[in-house]
Amino acid sequence: MSASHIESVERLAVREQFDTAEQQKDAATLGMWIFLVTEVMFFGGMFCAYTVYRSFFPNTFGRASSSLNATLGAINTAVLICSSLTMVLAVHFAQLGRRKLIVLFLILTMLIGGVFLGIKAYEWHEKFVEHHVPGPSFHLEGEALQGQAQLFFTLYFAMTGLHALHMVIGIGILTVLAIQAWKGKFSPAYYSPVDIAGLYWHFVDIIWIFLFPLLYLIDRHMPK
Amino acid sequence: MPEHIDARKTYYYVFAALIALTAVTTAVAYVDLGPFSVVVAITIAVVKMLLVALFFMHMRYGTALMKVVVLGGLLWLGILLLLSMADFVTRGWLPVPGK
Amino acid sequence: MITAAAEERQTYLNESYGIKSWLLTKDHKRIALLYLATITLFFFIGGIFATIIRIELLTPRGDLVSSETYNKMFTMHGVIMIFFFLIPSIPATLGNFFIPMMIGARDLAFPKINLLSWYLLVAGGLFAIFAMLAGGVDTGWTFYTPFSSSYSNTYVVATVVGVFIAGFSSILTGLNFIVTIHTMRAPGMTWFRLPLFVWAHYATSIIQVLGTPVLAITLTLVGVERIFHIGVFDPAYGGDPVLFQHLFWFYSHPAVYIMVLPAMGVLSELVSTFSKKQVFGYAFVAFSSVAIAILGFLVWGHHMFVSGQSAYASLVFSFLSYFVAIPSAIKVFNWTATLYKGSISYATPMLYAFGFIGLFTMGGLTGLYVAALGVDVHVTDTYFVVAHFHYIMVGGAIMGYLGGLHYWWPKMSGRMYPEGWAKLSALVIFLGFNLTFFPQFILGYLGMPRRYHVYPDEFQVLHVLSTAGASVLAVGYVIPLIYFIWSLRHGKMAGANPWGATGLEWKTPSPPPTHNFEETPVIRHEAYDYAALMEEEANVR
Repeated sequence: MSASHIESVERLAVREQFDTAEQQKDAATLGMWIFLVTEVMFFGGMFCAYTVYRSFFPNTFGRASSSLNATLGAINTAVLICSSLTMVLAVHFAQLGRRKLIVLFLILTMLIGGVFLGIKAYEWHEKFVEHHVPGPSFHLEGEALQGQAQLFFTLYFAMTGLHALHMVIGIGILTVLAIQAWKGKFSPAYYSPVDIAGLYWHFVDIIWIFLFPLLYLIDRHMPK
Repeated sequence: MPEHIDARKTYYYVFAALIALTAVTTAVAYVDLGPFSVVVAITIAVVKMLLVALFFMHMRYGTALMKVVVLGGLLWLGILLLLSMADFVTRGWLPVPGK
Repeated sequence: MITAAAEERQTYLNESYGIKSWLLTKDHKRIALLYLATITLFFFIGGIFATIIRIELLTPRGDLVSSETYNKMFTMHGVIMIFFFLIPSIPATLGNFFIPMMIGARDLAFPKINLLSWYLLVAGGLFAIFAMLAGGVDTGWTFYTPFSSSYSNTYVVATVVGVFIAGFSSILTGLNFIVTIHTMRAPGMTWFRLPLFVWAHYATSIIQVLGTPVLAITLTLVGVERIFHIGVFDPAYGGDPVLFQHLFWFYSHPAVYIMVLPAMGVLSELVSTFSKKQVFGYAFVAFSSVAIAILGFLVWGHHMFVSGQSAYASLVFSFLSYFVAIPSAIKVFNWTATLYKGSISYATPMLYAFGFIGLFTMGGLTGLYVAALGVDVHVTDTYFVVAHFHYIMVGGAIMGYLGGLHYWWPKMSGRMYPEGWAKLSALVIFLGFNLTFFPQFILGYLGMPRRYHVYPDEFQVLHVLSTAGASVLAVGYVIPLIYFIWSLRHGKMAGANPWGATGLEWKTPSPPPTHNFEETPVIRHEAYDYAALMEEEANVR
């Protein structure tokens, strides 16, 4: 047994409101799942707006969607899935008490998350250059219903923007965890923070799993 | 409570499935399926969600409470979407002027 | 154990001194008191707006304030009272204080998040107060678009930011309660031995967690539309204002159950203690709380009958609205049955309980009136609706809150309030309330629109009666503020269980020690087991 493992067991503190470590872990896990449900409803309001407006203006939404870069979107989806893999491996190695691997995979997750955000930033820049950002200079080529097209892009920026904000927060959380992991805070007996951070990260991935087809892949089969 | 430690291979298989499904959903988008395009896209997304939830989020080892919480969240999103759309979709169904 | 020198005994109040020990506390009991002070302040701020409204309405002309100012008055009244008083009220004060004690725990599951919830409420409140002082907001508490998103020239963004932040306070409280109730019940405290107060808060928390995030994102979109002038709800871009209403009311209808369910939880405790009887139909009351939480999410369209919603959807929402009345009625029947052959005491908390039962019933029944499509077309956006919801929110929720405050005051402070003054205030509040709001039913039926300050002369008599009632009501609210503060120094010392109530909180000294229990209790009795309580007391003697 490594020295850092013994250290972390000693540092394992059951907060005073809890009777046992198991109770503490159950509470933390349930708390995170409930928080994720609130996030489902938070994003859900925009999914509702999207559903309503796409049903009103299916063709305009299709044309607007086609102006997005589906290749980059698909690559980004794959990128995020990679980060989910590294995240679950970080949790896995926390379960096994492999300190250095926890840190490695947390950092990998953050880096891959950073790649996602980089590609996103590039996409947004493209939209800015093409005048697809909602506002006074908005114009979608060849579209009769400019207002409705702008609606699509408002939802696009709002939903991917909120998603990106959640990614940034996630990377912040993982930074803190990576530092704590490096200091040997986690062990097979206590890795709940890594576990619940993983839940958050995977949830953000799931949001993107829905955003990608809904925003990028509407009516791609239609001739441009 | 015994800790379920998955084999890393499980994660690699799930990862591969997720990548494959991403490729499928992208490719299928370029095929004209008419109204079924949406159905297929959402179905694939739901499958991917289940893979992430069950395997990466360890929901398959979760308690009944956990599953109720998740189902509740999805159900509530469903209520929001369905009942709202129920208004928009049924405009003009009844012979009441202006509705 | 003798409590001869209570000052020497360590309680949650004297275990540390100084402002930092309060502002950085993790003790759920101290956080409850922080909330108590905050929401009391907001109540009186909201009351100031109500005062201006009622004074303006004394005369048919708009002579006290301009129309624009009047719009700001009723808006701020609604925003403050709903988001900064009623929504937090019982859960954040009485819930925070007593849920851990009632389940035999030392604190909530996440004490630091509990403290964060309070700071969020204060932060949100500061945004709202800034908006008030900078010039106000005039959109109505309902923020309907496109007025709020495009045309209003008032401080909408500041206000919605404040409500957004307060919303997260509410979400975190709900999350904390759900996790606490699931994971921290003492040994032997099974779900069906929980006090009904806990069940009510569990159901409330479900609503907070599922509904509030939708309000948050909706108000965010309104803010975004105002700042960037891009349409989500703007018809010029194909946006639909009715979509805003769907998203807004998806939360705001269940929100009314957030406001009333905790008061119903208080009622179960009061009716039981002051009839010295087990609550009749415990399981029905418990399940009815959860039923209200669930059904409450299926009826929001009844706020939109005249907004252009499809007739078909209106039919469905009207039909479902009748269902949500059923669990509320079940509670009223069960409380009444609890009273039957009980040993009734008329202490102040019980007076408030009686007030609740009568006034909530009236409010609830008039809810059925407005749920009927044909009637609603006539009375919507009139004072009939205003009266309906004030009967529930004030006649119901606030009476429940005051009843609970009086009931648990001895436990929280170690002091009794003066019973004579308390009974007088309860009576004053009851009379003042009815004089204020009953005329409003008539006004509304006769056609007086809400949110108008200019009206036809023939409505003046009823308005004068209403304003007179409001003055009486105001007096009724100020007196308890005075005597509660007075009682902290001069009130009679309270023992551990001045009411002879069941429940774990009454087994601790008044005020309780920081960690609630010397050791984690083991529960062997059902809830409201008076026989067991009497046996225990006999054994002690």
